[in-house]
Amino acid sequence: MIKAILIFNNHGKPRLIRFYQYFAEDMQQQIIRETFHLVSKRDDNVCNFLEGGSLIGGSDYKLIYRHYATLYFVFCVDSSESELGILDLIQNMLLFTTVCNFVMQVFVETLDKCFENVCELDLIFHMDKVHYILQEVVMGGMVLETNMNEIVAQVELQNRMEKSEGGLSAAPARAVSAVKNMNLPEIPRNINIGDINIKVPSLSPF
Amino acid sequence: MPAPIRLRELIRTIRTARTQAEEREMIQKECAAIRSSFREEDNTYRCRNVAKLLYMHMLGYPAHFGQLECLKLIASQKFTDKRIGYLGAMLLLDERQDVHLLMTNCIKNDLNHSTQYVQGLSLCTLGCMGSSEMCRDLAGEVEKLLKTSNSYLRKKAALCAVHVIRKVPELMEMFLPATKNLLSEKNHGEILHTSVVLLTEMCERSPDMLSHFRKLVPQLVRILKNLIMSGYSPEHDVSGISDPFLQVRILRLLRILGKGDDDSSEAMNDILAQVATNTETSKNVGNAILYETVLTIMDIKSESGLRVLAINILGRFLLNNDKNIRYVALTSLLKTVQTDHNAVQRHRSTIVDCLKDLDVSIKRRAMELSFALVNGNNIRGMMKELLYFLDSCDPDFKADCASGIFLAAEKYAPSKRWHIDTVMRVLTTAGSYVRDDSVPNLIQLITNSVEMHAYTVQRLYKALLDDISQQPLVQVASWCIGEYGDLLVSGQCEEEEPIQVDALEDEVLDVLEGLLVSNLSTPVTRAYSLTAIMKLSTRFSSVNRIKKVVSIYGSSIDVELQQRAVEYNANDLLDLLGGNDVVPVIQTTVPTKPASAGGELLDLLGDLSLTGIPPMTAYNKNGLKIEFTFERSNPSPNIAVITIHATNSTEADMTEFVFQAAVPKTFQLQLLSPSSNVVPALNQGSVTQVIRVLNPQKQQLRMRIKLTYTHKGSPVQDLAEVNNFPPQSWQ
Repeated sequence: MIKAILIFNNHGKPRLIRFYQYFAEDMQQQIIRETFHLVSKRDDNVCNFLEGGSLIGGSDYKLIYRHYATLYFVFCVDSSESELGILDLIQNMLLFTTVCNFVMQVFVETLDKCFENVCELDLIFHMDKVHYILQEVVMGGMVLETNMNEIVAQVELQNRMEKSEGGLSAAPARAVSAVKNMNLPEIPRNINIGDINIKVPSLSPF
Repeated sequence: MPAPIRLRELIRTIRTARTQAEEREMIQKECAAIRSSFREEDNTYRCRNVAKLLYMHMLGYPAHFGQLECLKLIASQKFTDKRIGYLGAMLLLDERQDVHLLMTNCIKNDLNHSTQYVQGLSLCTLGCMGSSEMCRDLAGEVEKLLKTSNSYLRKKAALCAVHVIRKVPELMEMFLPATKNLLSEKNHGEILHTSVVLLTEMCERSPDMLSHFRKLVPQLVRILKNLIMSGYSPEHDVSGISDPFLQVRILRLLRILGKGDDDSSEAMNDILAQVATNTETSKNVGNAILYETVLTIMDIKSESGLRVLAINILGRFLLNNDKNIRYVALTSLLKTVQTDHNAVQRHRSTIVDCLKDLDVSIKRRAMELSFALVNGNNIRGMMKELLYFLDSCDPDFKADCASGIFLAAEKYAPSKRWHIDTVMRVLTTAGSYVRDDSVPNLIQLITNSVEMHAYTVQRLYKALLDDISQQPLVQVASWCIGEYGDLLVSGQCEEEEPIQVDALEDEVLDVLEGLLVSNLSTPVTRAYSLTAIMKLSTRFSSVNRIKKVVSIYGSSIDVELQQRAVEYNANDLLDLLGGNDVVPVIQTTVPTKPASAGGELLDLLGDLSLTGIPPMTAYNKNGLKIEFTFERSNPSPNIAVITIHATNSTEADMTEFVFQAAVPKTFQLQLLSPSSNVVPALNQGSVTQVIRVLNPQKQQLRMRIKLTYTHKGSPVQDLAEVNNFPPQSWQ
């Protein structure tokens, strides 16, 4: 059902890319660009169901998206529930919108819980962790779990397993969270680097 | 070799790049470092390097050289390694690369791992990207996990099984035993959810499975009932509704199972009614459930009360603020309008209101649905709305809407006058969008409405006075005026309130002539106008004016017009020998198409054969000699084809030469175009022209001819009678 989940910022820079159907690398980048182009033209407040571009499987897919501060969360949804295409998109429209909106909400709430007031920086620096969280929500393009507490619990347990193994990949995670708490100027919440200008307010609670 | 930099270090560095080129340079540098590190086969830093690779891959840089490394990570004993390794495999690999098969063994081992999270990782990976071969090899392991009591693994196994079935449908049977307890009472939450997904997949793919699983209907009904009846459960509550997505999944499965099956359908009737009436609709989640319920009710064999309930839900949806919901409701109503016509009729006014919606897709649906709802009882009211819609809708719709209105009017018109009025309204408001084939249909309609002819022609004439740009209107109006012009100028009207139309003959002809010359008129319209003018010669008294107009078009570049004009003229020359002084003028300009419109007639006549009729001299005066040669057509002996040859023996050319002829009333004559209008001096050439004479009564052929030309600067005109036709030419 879900062909792809994309998170990118207001400038179209990818923050998380997950395809549930095979696409070659250059195609993936093109899809990201095209999706950003479609989504960034829209009003923020308008509900968020729109035709997809031409690249993913033709015209039979739709984009469901939400705009949170500096980030776009986009679900690219297939027309059919199953690959047999028995149910058509119109019939599924309402359900997809509702489900995807909800799943997006669950995902973001989970991120918020796991990262303590998540912001774009967290997604930037912890791309892998975000993937792990997503993996507990959506699997193979289908919704796996919608209970936020359950998801958070599972993710925390796995993170603990990593930490207990020690090793080098755990270290950066600890360091970053420590640094965050110390409020060092090295990781400011407003970053101005040349033409990259990122304001990172905390995402509003839901 | 220094330790490879950390992921966050790399990210920070890349973010300092000011240009794309700078970024690329940094990435390339780091890739080189990573490659060397991989070559060193260093286990310690492998996961860090792969993490960095995945980041770079997200930015769009090639990372395929890391594929094998992912496999090595998967094979590692450390959970950290496996975690990033599996993620890398899912992001970088797919079944197109042979490399992926190397994963199979690792996944097999990990599916049986002692740690559930490792099992979870391998299930996830298999369920996302497992190829057919991998699925075949590992289906057994998945099936085992489907029966585990561990809920975390069971739900993953269910979705993994869905993937396996999609890849290798023949393996479906294998999962059958495991499905026995999927819906058991002990299970709740996401296990049920994913189980229902698995069952749905199996039922959709196999009719046998479908029959097999029909026995689950009572269990599904029970689960659904519990969900609705149960109190607040924070774990699965969404906007006050218990586990709405499980409800939806179950409703869908019920739909599949109940379709075409009486018993199953009956077993679910009650619960469907309950869901339909008890679901809270203030949030979209509730609406999603209601909509799924409606779809299920429509698909299964439900009792009529239930169907009415469903349609009423759709009717309520039409009032929802969310346009998606309105659209979806209209689409569903359109699907069911034939089978549940009366129930849908009750929502007619809401549907008609949707014609005024802002959204284009909704308007279109509403239009289609409105047409489907028109019947003899509501035709007047509906037509009002539809005509109003026609006025204001997008041009894209107008053609369809006009066609729909014509159809509806034809079927249900309460009176002829109403019908004509409706047609008029469409022609005047959307005249340019009306389809071409409507014009003959409308003409037919008008013809058949005998008692309305005067009314119709007067209204149409009035419309023409206002606007001549809409071609279908103009064409129908022209036709009517041609046919009923007498009624038009007489001012009579069948209706009690006559239309105030002062139409004098000359004014009417002005209008029609205006159409002929207007840039707005298409060739077809011109043809209609010309024909109308010609017809009026039998109804109006201003015949002269008509003839003048018509003859202008005798040499029109437009072949259609030319043909009509010439045929008209041919008929008209019959009057000449009756003592009528007026001689029709045929322009001297040589038409650009020498094969004139009458040429087809020549073809129809078949072969011409020289029959040995001797030529004759018809005229010889002042140096101008005109000879006639004869041919008779074989299949039609009544037609004599005469070719005139005009020669000039004087020393000056005869220019602007025009030959005209007239025959008695019992004959019909057709004059084709001359070869030129200059008769060269001193017999250096001739002007030829073909005359065809139809002589059905085989009377003696007589002809009066008129010649005009300019000779030495002075105009010359002469009339003559030709009586010396050889008998063979007319017998």
